[in-house]
Amino acid sequence: MPAFIIRRLLQSMIVMFFVAMVAFLMFNYVGDPVHQMVGIDTSFEDREALRESLGLNDPVPVQFFRFIGNAAKFEFGISYQHKRSVTGLFKERLPATLELSFVAALLSLVIGLPMGVYAGLKPDGWLSKVFLSFSLIGVSLPTFLIGILLIFIFAVTLGWLPSYGRGEVMHIGWWSTGLPTISGLKALIMPSITLGLFQLTLIMRLVRSEMLEVLRTDYIKFARARGLSNRAIYFGHALKNTLVPVITITGLQIGSIIAFAIITETVFQWPGMGLLFLQAIHNVDIPIMAAYLMLVAFFFVVINLTVDILYYVVDPRLRLDLGKANGS
Amino acid sequence: MSDLKNSTADIAKPNLFIDTLKRFFDSDIFYSFCHSPVTIIASLLTLLIFVSALGAPFIAPQNPFDMGSLDLMDSHIPPVWAEDGDSRFLLGTEDQGRDLFSTILYGSRISLLVGFSSVSFALILGVSLGLISGYLGGAIDAVIMRIAEVQISFPAILIALLVDGVLRTLIPEADVEQLAITVLIFSIGISGWVQYARTVRSSTMVEKNKEYVLAARVIGIRPVFIMLRHILPNVMGPVLVIGTIHLAVAIVTEATLSFLGVGVPVTQPSLGTLIRIGNDFLFSGEWWITIFPAITLAVLVLSVNLLGDWLRDALNPKLR
Amino acid sequence: MNTPLLNVENLCIEFPTRRGTLVAVDDISFTINPGEIVGVVGESGAGKSLTGQSIIGLLEPPGRIAGGSIRLNDQRIDNLPENQMRKIRGKKIGMIFQDPLTSLNPLYTIGKQLIETIQTHTDMTVTQAREHAVNLLEEVGIPAAAKRIDHYPYQFSGGMRQRVVIALALCVNPLLIIADEPTTALDVSIQAQIITLLKKLCKDHGTAVILITHDMGVIAETADRVAVMYAGRLVEVGLVRQVVKQAAHPYAKGLMNAIPSLTKRVEKLTQIDGTMPGLKDIPNGCAFHPRCPDCMDICREKRPELTDIGPTQVACWSYHDCKH
Repeated sequence: MPAFIIRRLLQSMIVMFFVAMVAFLMFNYVGDPVHQMVGIDTSFEDREALRESLGLNDPVPVQFFRFIGNAAKFEFGISYQHKRSVTGLFKERLPATLELSFVAALLSLVIGLPMGVYAGLKPDGWLSKVFLSFSLIGVSLPTFLIGILLIFIFAVTLGWLPSYGRGEVMHIGWWSTGLPTISGLKALIMPSITLGLFQLTLIMRLVRSEMLEVLRTDYIKFARARGLSNRAIYFGHALKNTLVPVITITGLQIGSIIAFAIITETVFQWPGMGLLFLQAIHNVDIPIMAAYLMLVAFFFVVINLTVDILYYVVDPRLRLDLGKANGS
Repeated sequence: MSDLKNSTADIAKPNLFIDTLKRFFDSDIFYSFCHSPVTIIASLLTLLIFVSALGAPFIAPQNPFDMGSLDLMDSHIPPVWAEDGDSRFLLGTEDQGRDLFSTILYGSRISLLVGFSSVSFALILGVSLGLISGYLGGAIDAVIMRIAEVQISFPAILIALLVDGVLRTLIPEADVEQLAITVLIFSIGISGWVQYARTVRSSTMVEKNKEYVLAARVIGIRPVFIMLRHILPNVMGPVLVIGTIHLAVAIVTEATLSFLGVGVPVTQPSLGTLIRIGNDFLFSGEWWITIFPAITLAVLVLSVNLLGDWLRDALNPKLR
Repeated sequence: MNTPLLNVENLCIEFPTRRGTLVAVDDISFTINPGEIVGVVGESGAGKSLTGQSIIGLLEPPGRIAGGSIRLNDQRIDNLPENQMRKIRGKKIGMIFQDPLTSLNPLYTIGKQLIETIQTHTDMTVTQAREHAVNLLEEVGIPAAAKRIDHYPYQFSGGMRQRVVIALALCVNPLLIIADEPTTALDVSIQAQIITLLKKLCKDHGTAVILITHDMGVIAETADRVAVMYAGRLVEVGLVRQVVKQAAHPYAKGLMNAIPSLTKRVEKLTQIDGTMPGLKDIPNGCAFHPRCPDCMDICREKRPELTDIGPTQVACWSYHDCKH
């Protein structure tokens, strides 16, 4: 394994450590967990007993490492508001969010990438200008506004698509999916467009500017001077070079889709983690907030690592360690 | 090809304000502004919204924040041109009987206030940390950049939501409404400082090794003064671009948080709050409560974004 | 007299800008014979590179050819449509750029880039093309070429990369190579090697070379003929020996005096006072007159044409007088 991936792994661990610290501080110091768990009529003795049993009287470092240990097993206690285990709640909500995020990410990549390539290759074409104006609107309109607009048009006015919920879902083990059912698919259309549109425009603009940048480089000029066909220059030489930064940013963007899902899920009452998190904020349900934070951080770290590995596959320069070792 | 006069002005380090101004009107930036109709329209629209938001008390027919002047009997009235319209309410009213036109004016005021304040907060914080980090280096730099790294792994909106959520629980219930806007400004500001810090830090690291900074150090000028007088002017271009684009982001973030119900209180609705209120009535056909604030918000953000885009392209060589 | 390989006539290149059109190359004419090495020398901004780019049809917008013609073997190539010009590029005219570090695509092995180019212009199979590529790499002096062919550009040093670039430019035996400052970005110690290699290869393959440089020393060693450019105009064209020894145009004289010499002992290298004017403020008459030590009245008013003075061509009024 090359050194830089190990370095990134260490970095990811630092990120997770920081986040865990924040989550821990929230858990212990934002409000009194005991106070949140029990009723008003609980006696002082009972409260103290609960405090003792939760380990809240232990030294802070001990509590912190216990918190990390529990977090590793994804145990965050009982939700104040739902009076259920946080783990169970997330297990129920996770499939909805992941399904939505995945479809949105796919949508933004599959549409955004070709649009960006086209706009980069033909910067003066009218279609490119249409794409650019469209992208500017996509970047400027807040996600929730796009959602409301879609609901207003397709649910309220035309009545074609459902305005909220997941439709019919199928259960496979603990996983639930709306993909195999017609009503599930119909319910997925508007939320995934809403969620994906912003990323789509970002990816498009990024690919376009990278493409323009790469087309100005010396090696593209040299490729032209060698008489290579436009096809070979654009899709062989230019596109591959734009992929390096595009993969990085796209990876980060896909990560943020999960976070942006909070807004989309609220607009469409999509029963995912984001909606759960937002309700937790309204109700000061700290265990859910802490758990959500840790989970999202974990997703981010995993995505970042995947991006790094892809990077490594695309760009031979990163395999420098090996090349140097051979002596050149 | 710049002429001789321009190139000597570039070499001379002291950036006198008047000099800068003179160069501005002679510059490519001013030229590209005059030759971009979209940019001109965008700045006119921005200006229009700014002025009408600032002058809201003089323009608006009603003060929507004054609960005493509201009449619930006036609620849910459609715009003037609709069948049940009321000539007193140009764009209709919302569920509390507020005149929508007035509320939009006052609402944009809040949106702009929060936007500008949080951008200023983020800018000052980010630029200071970037200068310190880049100029001093060492352990301080490492700590600041680690924090920045962790923060940048998360989308700003999530951070703002989280900070906002946590702060609200820390504030006594009674003060939440009063402090809501301050909390909001803090949350949005704190979620956006990293970009400034990173940009300023890297420019500072380049600048601080240049001869003129070394010379200033040798003759014993204090670091703070060197940073402010010599390094800061050289990084202002990119910071300005980030600031403009950040303003659009901050306005969207404010609107989003208010829409999610953790932003400004309903008693002082911003554009986002209004859209949230209207969203509840969308299904009963009362589209105007949502659509008018939505259009205002979209136009405002689009215009600011266009300005930022143009500014970035005009200053491009310095940014890259 | 045999027909020239390349014939450039009255070439003008201009740039439209918001402050009016700038004429970057102003009415220049010259010819290149098959197998000949012609040096083009001048300060930065004199229009050398633009001339080279316009010959291979890669002038970057907004720059454009505003007049004149370029003929390769009597066929006009300055107005060919892009798809036909592409067949000439690489196959008949090759180009070498200044910076070998950025001329190669970092993400592909040099073998892939060579084979791709060879296959674009010939009917060779991959195996044949690869074999040809290995031979080429050996020819340009890459040790262990058969192994190195699968390496990426970053695994080569600057000098080695420029050898690869030369191999790429020469891979289908073009008639003409435009070398735009091919050694400027390299270490001084490596410059001489690369120039020698370029010269040898072109002699072996019978390739003509336009060697663009601001280094008179390189031209003195390499070229058969030299063309001196100043502010977008040709001021002197002639045999290298002749021009170096006895430059006619005052600017060329100044340039030659600025070459350090090992044989002659001089106290101080002479320099030409002043700087070349920007494209916006090229003076009337002879562009060089404000800096010229022998400036006459006519120089301020009328532009001198390139005229035959013995074996060389010079654009200077002082020689017109001699002729009359």
